[in-house]
Amino acid sequence: MSTVRDDQSIWEGLSKKGVSRRDFMKFCSTMAATLALPSSFVPRIAEALEKKQKPYAVWLEFQDCAGDTESILRATKPTIAQIVLDVISLEYHETIMAGAGKAAEKARDDVVKNQKGKYIAIVEGAIPTKDGGIYCTIAGRTALDIAKEVCGNAAFTINVGSCSCWGGVPSANPNPTGAVGTGEAVSGITYVNIPGCAHNVENATATIVHYLTFGSLPPVDSHHRPLFGYGKRIHDNCERRAHFDAGQFVRKWGDEGHRRGWCLYEMGCKGPEAYYNCPTVKYNSGTCWPVQAGHPCMACAADHNWDAFGPIYKRLENVPGAGYQTSADKIGLGVAAVAAAGVAAHAIARAVKGKPKDEEDK
Amino acid sequence: MIKRIYVWEFPVRLTHWLNVLSILALAVTGIYIGAPYLFAVNENQFIMAKMRYVHFISSYVFTVSFLVRIYWMFAGNKFSRWRQFVPISKERLETLYGATAYYCFLREKCPRVIGHTALAGVTYLLLFILFLIEILTGFALYSQSHIGAFWTLMGGWLFAVMGEGTVRLVHHMITWLIAVFVIVHIYIAWLNDLSERNGLMSSIFSGYKSVEE
Ligand code: HEM
Ligand code: HEM
Ligand code: SF4
Repeated sequence: MSTVRDDQSIWEGLSKKGVSRRDFMKFCSTMAATLALPSSFVPRIAEALEKKQKPYAVWLEFQDCAGDTESILRATKPTIAQIVLDVISLEYHETIMAGAGKAAEKARDDVVKNQKGKYIAIVEGAIPTKDGGIYCTIAGRTALDIAKEVCGNAAFTINVGSCSCWGGVPSANPNPTGAVGTGEAVSGITYVNIPGCAHNVENATATIVHYLTFGSLPPVDSHHRPLFGYGKRIHDNCERRAHFDAGQFVRKWGDEGHRRGWCLYEMGCKGPEAYYNCPTVKYNSGTCWPVQAGHPCMACAADHNWDAFGPIYKRLENVPGAGYQTSADKIGLGVAAVAAAGVAAHAIARAVKGKPKDEEDK
Repeated sequence: MIKRIYVWEFPVRLTHWLNVLSILALAVTGIYIGAPYLFAVNENQFIMAKMRYVHFISSYVFTVSFLVRIYWMFAGNKFSRWRQFVPISKERLETLYGATAYYCFLREKCPRVIGHTALAGVTYLLLFILFLIEILTGFALYSQSHIGAFWTLMGGWLFAVMGEGTVRLVHHMITWLIAVFVIVHIYIAWLNDLSERNGLMSSIFSGYKSVEE
C-alpha cells in the first residue's frame, strides 16, 4: 500500500503527492481544534509532521459493517481524505488493499514481525468469543487469535467505531456470538477507543496526530475515550438546546415543531446522557449530524447503548415486565389510583362496620 | 385525665414540612421534566429551564432536610430516635402486628403508643430508603451536566452499577411510589386522629399529642 519511501517525512510525502503547504497548514489547524488545543500548537503539530516518518499501521476488520472504513474513505474534505491515509502507512486493510490471499496475509505478518512494538493496530468490528471464537474467521484463523497477535505486538491499538470499543451492534442483547470489544478480548494491551457508529475520522486522526506530536496518547476517560472528543455532553452543545429550555418539543414526526427544528427530547433523544463532539465536529465533512438532520441522538458512542439506554424513540426505558406501549407514567398513575381506591375502600368498610365500642380489646 | 405530651420536637416538624413542600415542587417539576406537559407558545418562556431550576433548588432543600432528619434520629428525643423505625425490640414487634391487624379489621383498636406505631415506623424507614435512592439517582443525573469528582461522589458512581437509562427510570418511578405513600399516609393520619382522638393531625404542626392518663 505504502507508496511513500520510508525515509520521507509525512509532510515530504504529502507535498510530493501535490498537497499544498496551505492545505497542510489547514489540516494542522483542524487537528489542533479537534484536540481542543489553542492555535499556538499549530506550528508544533506542523513541525512534528514535517520531521516524523509515517508510523506503520495494520487495520483489522472483524464483526463489522465496514462503516468505519467508509468513514475514512468518505472524508470528503479532500485534503483530510488524502492526509488521513498518508499520516499512517497502512500496510494491511482487507477492504481497500490491492493484495489478496496469501500475499495479503504476508503483508500483515511482515509488519508484526519487522515492526514489533512500533506499529499501530487499528481495529474495526467486534470480536466474538463464544464457542472458541468461530463466528468470525479470516484465512482460517479466528478474529480473537489474530487480534491477540496483532494488537499484542503493537505499540498501541486504536479501536475505531463502537463495535471494536465494546461490542457494538453484534454484542446487543442477546449477543449470540459473545461479541466483545478489543480491550476486553485481548488483555494487557494499551488502547484508545474512538467509538461512534460510525466513528468520526477526525477523532481517530487527531489521536494519531497527538501521538506524533507529543509522543503520547491523549488523556482518556474511564471508557478509554479521548477527553477531547468525548468529554462534553451532546445536550450541552446541541443547536436545538434553546428549544429544550424554552419548552418547544417535537411531538410527532413531521409536525409543526419538527419542521421548525425544535428539540427532539420527546422523540427519545439521548443527547442528555451522551458524551461526544458530534455536534461540533459533525459528519459528512462537517456539514451535518443526526440531530441537525431531525433524528434524535441514540448515544451511539456510549458503552452498550443498545441495551443501556432504552428504546431509540422513547425517553425512558421500558418498565421491566410491561409492554413497549405502556409508559412509565401510565404505570405510575395506575399504581397511585389503586392506592387511592384502596384507601377509599378502607374508609367505606370502616364506616359500614361502625365505631369500635370503647372498652373492648385494650 | 388528658395530658398533653411534647412528642415531635421542632426539627422533626420542620423537616416534615420542608419535605412536604419540596417533594410537591419536585414531583410537579419532575413529572414535567419527564414528559413536558406545558408547551411554550413563544421562545421567551423558558418553561423547561425554569422547571429544572425549581427542581434543582428544591432538591437541595429536600436533601438537606433529609440529612437533618437522619441526624435527629441520633440526637432527638426518644420519639424521633432510629429505634422508632427499626422494629427489633419485642414490644415493637408486637405493636407492628397489632397495628397491621387493626388496619385489616382484625382488631378493634390500634395499639396505643405515644410516638409512631411500629407499622408507621417501618413504613417511614422504607420511605427514607426511597428518599435516599431518589437523592442518589437525582445527583447521578445531575452529574451528567456537572462533571467532576464531587458530583461523581454525590451520585455519579451509580453509572458504574447501572445503565444511564435505568438510573432515569428508577428516579422517575420512585416519584410514583412516593405518591402512593402520601395518599395512604394522609388517610391514615386522618383515620387515627378520628378514632383515637389523640390530636395526631395537629401534633405534626404543634408537636403536642393528647394522651389519656
Ligand atoms: C410529601 C408528603 C409527606 C411526606 C413525605 C410525609 C412524611 C412523613 C414522615 C416521614 C413522618 C414521620 C415523622 C418523623 O418521625 O420524622 C410523618 C409523620 C406525620 N405526617 Fe407526614 N408526610 C407527608 C405529608 C403529610 C401531610 C399532608 C399531613 C397532614 C395532612 C401529614 C401528617 C403527618 C402526621 C400527623 C404525622 C405523625 C404521624 C405518625 O406518628 O406517624 N403528612 N410524615
Ligand atoms: C422526592 C424527590 C424527587 C422527586 C419526586 C423527583 C422527580 C423527578 C422526576 C419525575 C424526574 C424526571 C425523570 C425523567 O423522566 O427523566 C426528575 C428528573 C431529575 N431530577 Fe429529580 N426528583 C427528586 C429529587 C431529586 C434530587 C434530590 C435531585 C438531586 C440533584 C434530583 C435531580 C434530578 C435531575 C438532575 C433530573 C434530570 C433533569 C434533566 O434531565 O434535565 N431530583 N426528577
Ligand atoms: S435535540 Fe436532544 S441533544 Fe438537542 S437539546 Fe433536544 S434533547 Fe438535547
